[in-house]
Amino acid sequence: MVAARDFTHFVQQLDGGMARIDLAVDGMRCAACMAAIEGGLAAVPNVARARVNLTNKRVAVEWPDGTVDPACLIDTLADLGYRAYPFQPGRLEAAEAAEAKFLLRCLGVAAFAAMNVMLLSVSVWSGNLTDITAEQRDFFHWLSALVALPAIAYAGQPFFRSAVRALVRRQLNMDVPITIGVVLALAMSVAETLHHAEHAYFDSAIMLLTFLLAGRFLDQNMRARTRSFAGNLAALRADTVAKFVSDQDIQEVPAASVRPGDVVLVRPGERVGVDGLVIAGRSDVDQSLISGETTPVAVGPESTVYAGTLNRSGTLRLLVSAGPAGSLLDTVIRLVEQAAQVRSRYVRLSERAAKLYAPMVHLTALLTMLGWLAVGASWRDAVVTAIAVLIITCPCALGLAIPAVQVVASGALFRSGVLLNAPDAIERLAAAQTVVFDKTGTLTLPDAVVVNAASVPPEMLALAGRLALASHHPLAGAVARAAGARRPLDGASEEPGRGVRAEVDGVEVRIGSAEFCDALRQVEDLALMDPQASTIAFRHGDARCVFAVRQQLRIDAVAVIGRLKRAGLAIEILSGDRAAAVAPVARELGVEQWHAAQNPADKIARIATLKRDGRNVLMVGDGLNDAPSLAAADVSLSPTSAVHLTQAAADALVLGERLTGVADAIAIARRARRVMQQNLCLAIVYNAIAVPVAILGFATPLIAALAMSGSSLLVTANALRARQATTP
Amino acid sequence: MEVLVYLVPMALGLGLLGLAGFIWCLNSGQYDDLDGAAWRAIMDDDDVTNAK
Repeated sequence: MVAARDFTHFVQQLDGGMARIDLAVDGMRCAACMAAIEGGLAAVPNVARARVNLTNKRVAVEWPDGTVDPACLIDTLADLGYRAYPFQPGRLEAAEAAEAKFLLRCLGVAAFAAMNVMLLSVSVWSGNLTDITAEQRDFFHWLSALVALPAIAYAGQPFFRSAVRALVRRQLNMDVPITIGVVLALAMSVAETLHHAEHAYFDSAIMLLTFLLAGRFLDQNMRARTRSFAGNLAALRADTVAKFVSDQDIQEVPAASVRPGDVVLVRPGERVGVDGLVIAGRSDVDQSLISGETTPVAVGPESTVYAGTLNRSGTLRLLVSAGPAGSLLDTVIRLVEQAAQVRSRYVRLSERAAKLYAPMVHLTALLTMLGWLAVGASWRDAVVTAIAVLIITCPCALGLAIPAVQVVASGALFRSGVLLNAPDAIERLAAAQTVVFDKTGTLTLPDAVVVNAASVPPEMLALAGRLALASHHPLAGAVARAAGARRPLDGASEEPGRGVRAEVDGVEVRIGSAEFCDALRQVEDLALMDPQASTIAFRHGDARCVFAVRQQLRIDAVAVIGRLKRAGLAIEILSGDRAAAVAPVARELGVEQWHAAQNPADKIARIATLKRDGRNVLMVGDGLNDAPSLAAADVSLSPTSAVHLTQAAADALVLGERLTGVADAIAIARRARRVMQQNLCLAIVYNAIAVPVAILGFATPLIAALAMSGSSLLVTANALRARQATTP
Repeated sequence: MEVLVYLVPMALGLGLLGLAGFIWCLNSGQYDDLDGAAWRAIMDDDDVTNAK
């Protein structure tokens, strides 16, 4: 059976008979990579255009439809040393990219208008002190109106739409007072200009919008950056399955394009790509990614296997199923949905501020107007002063206070290897009091590790590693990794279910099961010392050795648990694995509270108990059986090796093999929350000073402009302090 | 005053040209890859005459 790869699922048809594919590329670091990739792809016959995006680490290739096979593009990149895989931007990403462009356009228009209106305003202010005539001032005011009105009509759309949406739902958010303030300021300025008055507030209105749009754009940009990075990670997993296109021929197709009723082939050592019913073949399957259970399960005809499990020894032919009701995936999806509904809506700090801010500001303005009227001022003066109060309590500072900190904190988290999925995760991370860990794949590394490599002579280890490269078995993979082997041995032949053999300098070498290598005695000795480990034997002529392979704790797991405890967090382990496997891990990490053999419903129940006791729960998990508990917890983290559904349910992803991201995330989040509270205090202090000034009628446009820019800069500068983490 | 009547709108017109330029840059996708654009400016590719 020859496998051909089929990537037509990812090829887009463009106008003009051209086809295009986007590839996510791993290993691109700098400009030299960019030049190498573009040059290499452009040299492929018939390729019309190859353009690298260094920010996203992607490359777009175009060619006349039907002349190029995408598989050869991927091979060309592999020859250059880059791993690449076709990428299909999700609908969510495309919508966000359009939104970001729209925001940038609004920002451009607002900034242009603000600068030009300020040009005119400064002329008026300085002229007011010297010798400007009324008609010159009116001319400048009308020009300001001509620039400001269309600009605000266009650039204010994000705020106006959001405010209308909130009002329709009978709620208040930050955009309602902003919209009211801007509209009233414009109306009042036009009215004042008609009356040939000295002060017009066009510059305040447009400057307010510019600052707020800048904050919003930066926030959007940061989130787009992390989302495209996460998208690349998902693509580079290269989820393909070998589908039968005729009775004997298979083709590598993307897992997303497989439909129920297709027949797929799963070879030894591969991860199963789709749920299915076994129609031929026998094997044992490692279900640890799904249930946490590390003992392999035997499967044969009529058994169901799930996507994400690892096929160990035999070849299986599967009939892809839609999943009978009650299958594990269905149960998990149902539990996730239920948990998401029940989860209490965390009221974000910014929403709480908005709920207080809007009514207070409007009330103050109203009282100011009534107060002035009572003292005997004219209607015009009273209204102008009231609107000046609205303008000066500019939500600039308040509107920037939280987003500015979120942007800086997201950047700091990104550098620590944590990708945020939800923007308000920072506040929830800071509030976490109990950390619940899953064991398999979260506290332990996803790949098994050879534990007795040190007791094997180095030349034997090196030879075993090279021979192991020829085998698909995961235990052999562990040996190859332990030896750091790169060059496979020539002439190696695999005997399925038993091992691999080859000849080196006339001597036979074998790696595989104990019987295959005639090493039963050594395996028994090893089993006495280390009953938990799986074994793989190696034989070189007459010399034999046995490798013990088991799941290893992440290198920094002990250190991270210590750090979390010192930060005042309670730690728990909830695992789907059996108690005999969980107890030693808990002992090594110094965790007293642990539960074993938990299915998804048990995990949710435990988290619900903790929440009822008033603890804020942070859940860290990676397997499919963790997805519902991730959705049920107050905040959740997931390592990037996790199953798709788990990644989608988590609030943030931890990159790489180390667990320090968890501790760093909490430290950065706590710092960020403190800075957010400081910023809100600064905004309140500013308002406390500015409001009396405005009520007494001293808030000229000049004062308003200075106050707005000053407070925004102060709040943004303070937000930069969120970059460092507090030492927990 | 007469000078102002045509000079100030001219200044605004020039500003508008700047805005139009920015919008054009944005629409032609020049802001999609700022890191790559920075390096492309100093890339050392000679005109290659490979037939395509």
